[in-house]
Amino acid sequence: MKTIILKTASTYLLPVLLLFSIFILLRGHYLPGGGFVGGLIASIAYVLHAFANGLSNTKNLLKFHPGFLMPVGLALAFLSGMAPLLFDMPFMTGLWYPEALPVLGVIGSALFFDIGVYLVVIGVTLTIIFTIADTI
Amino acid sequence: MEIVLAVMIGVLYAAGIYMILRRSLVKLILGIIILGNGANLLIFLLGRITKGRPPIIPGDLKVFAEAYADPIPQALILTAIVISFGLQSFAIILIKRAYKVVKTDDLDEMNAIDQDS
Amino acid sequence: MTQQLVIYPLLLQLFLSIILMFSWSKISWQRVISIGGGFINIAISIWLFVYIWNEGIQTVQAGNWAAPFGITFVADSLSVTLVLLTAISGLAVSAFSASSIVVARLKFGYFPIFHFLLLGLNGAFLTGDIFNLYVWFEIIIISSFVLITLGGEKAQLEGAVKYFTMNILASMIFLTAIAVLYGLTGSLNMADLSLKVAAIENRGLVEITAILFLVAFGIKAAVFPLYFWLPASYHTPPSAVSAIFGGLLTKVGVYALIRIFTLIFVGDVFLQDTILVMAVLTLISGGLGALIQNNLRKVFSYLIICHIGYMIVGLGLYTEVAIAGTIFYLIHDIVVKTNLFMVGGLIYRITGTNNIRSLGGLYKEYPLISLLIAIPLFSLVGIPPLSGFWPKISLITAAFTAENWWVIGAILFASLLTMIIIAKVWANVVWKDKVELPKRLNFRYFDKMTNIRKTQLVAPIIFLSLISLYIGFGAEHVQQLSTRVANELIDNQQYIDAVFKTGQNIKP
Repeated sequence: MKTIILKTASTYLLPVLLLFSIFILLRGHYLPGGGFVGGLIASIAYVLHAFANGLSNTKNLLKFHPGFLMPVGLALAFLSGMAPLLFDMPFMTGLWYPEALPVLGVIGSALFFDIGVYLVVIGVTLTIIFTIADTI
Repeated sequence: MEIVLAVMIGVLYAAGIYMILRRSLVKLILGIIILGNGANLLIFLLGRITKGRPPIIPGDLKVFAEAYADPIPQALILTAIVISFGLQSFAIILIKRAYKVVKTDDLDEMNAIDQDS
Repeated sequence: MTQQLVIYPLLLQLFLSIILMFSWSKISWQRVISIGGGFINIAISIWLFVYIWNEGIQTVQAGNWAAPFGITFVADSLSVTLVLLTAISGLAVSAFSASSIVVARLKFGYFPIFHFLLLGLNGAFLTGDIFNLYVWFEIIIISSFVLITLGGEKAQLEGAVKYFTMNILASMIFLTAIAVLYGLTGSLNMADLSLKVAAIENRGLVEITAILFLVAFGIKAAVFPLYFWLPASYHTPPSAVSAIFGGLLTKVGVYALIRIFTLIFVGDVFLQDTILVMAVLTLISGGLGALIQNNLRKVFSYLIICHIGYMIVGLGLYTEVAIAGTIFYLIHDIVVKTNLFMVGGLIYRITGTNNIRSLGGLYKEYPLISLLIAIPLFSLVGIPPLSGFWPKISLITAAFTAENWWVIGAILFASLLTMIIIAKVWANVVWKDKVELPKRLNFRYFDKMTNIRKTQLVAPIIFLSLISLYIGFGAEHVQQLSTRVANELIDNQQYIDAVFKTGQNIKP
């Protein structure tokens, strides 16, 4: 499926969708959104790119195997869950930095957990879709 | 609203189980997907439907003043959807591999494991 | 440090699988990490076990949300016993798979997935929240799907389709049951459910929910009318995978049955009778199924079903003696079944076949290994003083007290069947004259292996055999443990108090 319209659109849509996915990830704590949805949107960006430009081009664009994101994301989520143990609180207790930062707002360990989820979702989704697409 | 949902859940369960009982592998996957959707809707329905009352405590109060929508069923459904997403994508790859190796879509012809070896 | 001890086994397994995923293509590292992690896991589990033994039931509220609102992790004696057994079997199987699984399979992430499976098992044993239990079950089945299909041979894929369908169906029924239970009570915490379910007026609805749970866990535990997926799939994957499946996966179903029917749905005569009938039929049909099989691993698969019956019998009788028998049998069965499938794998490596008719002459070639194999085989039969004997005594005593002659008959009949089957296996595999088989090409025979690989195959079997010898000869200790677990299960107020911190860690 190599139409010129989709191809041109996907080059512009890829960065826009990625940016949008990060926006969704960051607003997730109090509003609808979060790591899972953000990760899905980010992987849709790459899937769209793959539809328009072919799978091999997308793989070149990514530089590394998407499966690598799984352990990275898991490690991040794991560490953010472990962090409260250092302060003698139960696993996964939310730790919050008291003052708000510009743009991002109040930072807590939940944010890092969500980023971990985001990365795992991108990794898993892209691995699944690339595997299915490869064998067709 | 509850009646409509209840009927719908019943239809989804019936359709899902019917599809699972067929011999074709593709219909099996479809049945599992439909059954999963039925189960999710069931959680949603049994969590009691409360319209337009988000579970947010007003700033000047300590507890809820009136009935509110239960947020837990939605969290459960989200989790169940994520899990079934993983399972279904695995299932699709599995039946595709099985089809390539066994060269049939019919469960009745998958009987290599029953032979003595 | 010790406050969070309850979830350390979980964290360790998660940590191990992350590390293993980072070293995805370095197989030799993965072997070392997996086996080393297994030792650490045993150390942590023993620590947890001793701590619970001394201090009573401990809980952790994940995210510091108090029960019943957050997810609670509860470590009572039953949970920590099973976590310890998981650690023991896990170590044995990771050493065994380091040598017996071919590199092509290891390259597809065997070890990370294996540790995810152990993570799911530990989680299922430790959680005190019913929806969380569902999530751990899903982690277990997703990992087991990957393990059972790894390699992608024809029989494996066919077995996987059946395994997959039945397990996913069980999950859907489980989810439905949770939905109905949540609709009835508005809670998911098991201790809270225990209080709320007891207060419900509409007993018919409670009974239906209980039946849904019984079917869902019954499929996972492979009890009588719901076991057909097990013999169709358990003999297809490599024997290391079968070992962990046969040893632990069905036992998670049994654990869930024990937990649900001693904590939430208690004291219902109709349910007890249903469970008892299912158990008796499981004992008989599993034993008869094993009798006619000729594939060694299929024989063992049917024996799993047969022996699930013993555990369910105790649950159906529901007295302290009977539950103690169930727990003792569970402890014995996890060790012995894991060992049996590894023995099957070892025999397969030595001879290149699993068909009983083509096997033979093992005693002449490998007398020491034959002697080693005798330990798990005859523990299974329960020849005194080996480990299978003691729990049967408890079960028969309990059935005798309840004057339930059918149950006694079924227990004895199943024991007789097991003995006949094991005698047949022993005579055919070990004592019969060697059958000359054509040598298989591209097959790594046992005698062609390096010494370190040989050790990795035999050492886990020796390790588990020693443990089952301990269970047999040190039966007093295990009986003491089982009685304590049974006491905690029957008097479930202890569990509830620990979760809500009302009684402050009651000591026995």
